[in-house]
Amino acid sequence: MNSIQELFQEKDKNLLSIYFTCGYPKLDDTTSVILALEESGVDFIEVGLPYSDPLADGPTIQESSHKALENGINLDLIFEQLKTIKGINKTPLVAMGYLNQLLKYGEDKFCEACVACGIDTVILPDLPMVEFENHYQQLFEKYGITNVFLITPHTSEDRIRKIDAYSKAFIYVVASASITGAKGEISNSQIEYFERIKGMNLKSKLVIGFGISDKATFDTACRYSNGAIVGSAFIKHIGDTGVEKINDFIKPIIA
Amino acid sequence: MKSKFHPDKNGYFGQFGGAFIPELLHPNVKELADNYIQIIESEEFQTEYKALLKEYVGRPTPLYLAQRLSDKHGAHIYLKREDLCHTGAHKINNTVGQILIAKKLGKTKIIAETGAGQHGVATATVCALMGLECTVFMGEKDIVRQAPNVTRMKMLGAKVVPATSGSKTLKDATNEAIRYWIQHPETFYLIGSVVGPAPHPDMVARLQAIISEEMKWQLKEKTGKENPDTIIACVGGGSNAAGAFYHYLDDEDVELIAVEAAGLGVHSGESAATSQLGQVGIIHGSKTILMQDEYGQIVEPYSISAGLDYPGVGPLHAFLYESGRAKFMSATDKEALDAAFELTKIEGIIPALETAHALAVLDKITFKKDQVVVVNLSGRGDKDLEIYTQYLEA
Repeated sequence: MNSIQELFQEKDKNLLSIYFTCGYPKLDDTTSVILALEESGVDFIEVGLPYSDPLADGPTIQESSHKALENGINLDLIFEQLKTIKGINKTPLVAMGYLNQLLKYGEDKFCEACVACGIDTVILPDLPMVEFENHYQQLFEKYGITNVFLITPHTSEDRIRKIDAYSKAFIYVVASASITGAKGEISNSQIEYFERIKGMNLKSKLVIGFGISDKATFDTACRYSNGAIVGSAFIKHIGDTGVEKINDFIKPIIA
Repeated sequence: MKSKFHPDKNGYFGQFGGAFIPELLHPNVKELADNYIQIIESEEFQTEYKALLKEYVGRPTPLYLAQRLSDKHGAHIYLKREDLCHTGAHKINNTVGQILIAKKLGKTKIIAETGAGQHGVATATVCALMGLECTVFMGEKDIVRQAPNVTRMKMLGAKVVPATSGSKTLKDATNEAIRYWIQHPETFYLIGSVVGPAPHPDMVARLQAIISEEMKWQLKEKTGKENPDTIIACVGGGSNAAGAFYHYLDDEDVELIAVEAAGLGVHSGESAATSQLGQVGIIHGSKTILMQDEYGQIVEPYSISAGLDYPGVGPLHAFLYESGRAKFMSATDKEALDAAFELTKIEGIIPALETAHALAVLDKITFKKDQVVVVNLSGRGDKDLEIYTQYLEA
């Protein structure tokens, strides 16, 4: 069973996931961030693989990715770092990157490396469904890896049903027509959209992300889903205060 | 007629193309993919498009036998005068077509990216013509080096948004345009080259195909034959080359030469010669040849010419390169500048810096006597006067 599926069996409400960028703020912070997040009680962690041209990301994650790459981070180094905490860290990890990283690194090599680090779930925002069907579904299955699809306010019902059928870990519900980053409060039209998705009675678990930044937005999102993902707001926090005060950010959200 | 150079149903030219886009863009891209061919082939579109090209753009553009240039190289060199199009480059062929498609799809807000500013100006122009709102993304570095075009866009009523990420050039302007598009899916992304997710590369190629359509009958009139021996065009993303090659793609006896910008030299570390420096990768929603490092991080390109300063190339061109259908050459900054000054002196035509790269390879080719060569003179050099001034004074 997939590590995220196992997690949902134990707990299926108010799950908090945190996205962070590997190699940020410092090159060697990858593992300390993961261990601190686990310590703080985060349910699962999105391991951001920094990319030079992250089209689905807003300024904060663009900036952290840029900095991480300047620090000298790369996929080989990330996988090495992650291997050092395999077995120590019990919190499920989800890799989030862009398809070109897989393509250039080598698709099989990438999958092997994920498995070797205990990662069995990936999010690739620029992997379209047709490419998944034609090629990646088979590749990922070979390695026991699950791919997470994103849906948005503009995704048609037919397509959501199809994504639901393909999804094994969860469906990533993009909270608004946007790139990543905080937007302040959750609007009424977003609530209508969340209700619409919830009302579809999908078999998959739902996790809401993009624009979830604090306790208020997290709680609202969780009313319509199984959990929510915080990314940019967390990146800002560790950018400002370093990795020592991660608990200060997490505690108020899950309190 | 089905050509192997037309994309398949998923937008692939061989292994290149596709639509690698975030889910948010799926409805937009699908709407366009489902409708663009039908719209372009409709009588209503063709009538309006052809009328605008004739009355507004000033087509057909001349196919001019450059006698002194021909004498120098010992061949018959024709210049396809896209520089005489309204707004000064071939870019407007595409924007006139896409604005009609946008209107047909009921879109009222237009966004575009631009490198040298030619596509931005051409987009702002058709938006002014049609009374539509226009936002153009342009790299901060390009805003400085192509200042006259920024003023033109503003005069035309467009909002110019600086792209401040990465190398602050065409790649980054395109990133910002796509990010804006994700956040404003009601807008129509009027892309400027044969790049981006399918169906954009094919749509833009079809709209630029007017260049080779005219070349066929113009050559027939002048030489008695529709086909030249060689066609030369510069390639950044590749729209003018796509247009100049389009109707000759299946005629294998016509040699196609694509010229990339070598910057300070192909292997100098400061170059934009994608076919020489790139490998298979994904950029701006399309699988193509891409300048990248061993981890797939996109490498910042360099060229003196803002329009060629791009780390990828359209998927059709990647296929032309891989299949050997087109020959890829390159010209350095210096070679392009020399070629621009030479054409100006012997033919009285000031070309754009981009176009000058195509002219620069004439010196590198040994022509047969009576070889018929067409150089696609994609744009005029007014926008490059500042760089030309520096060169004069240096």
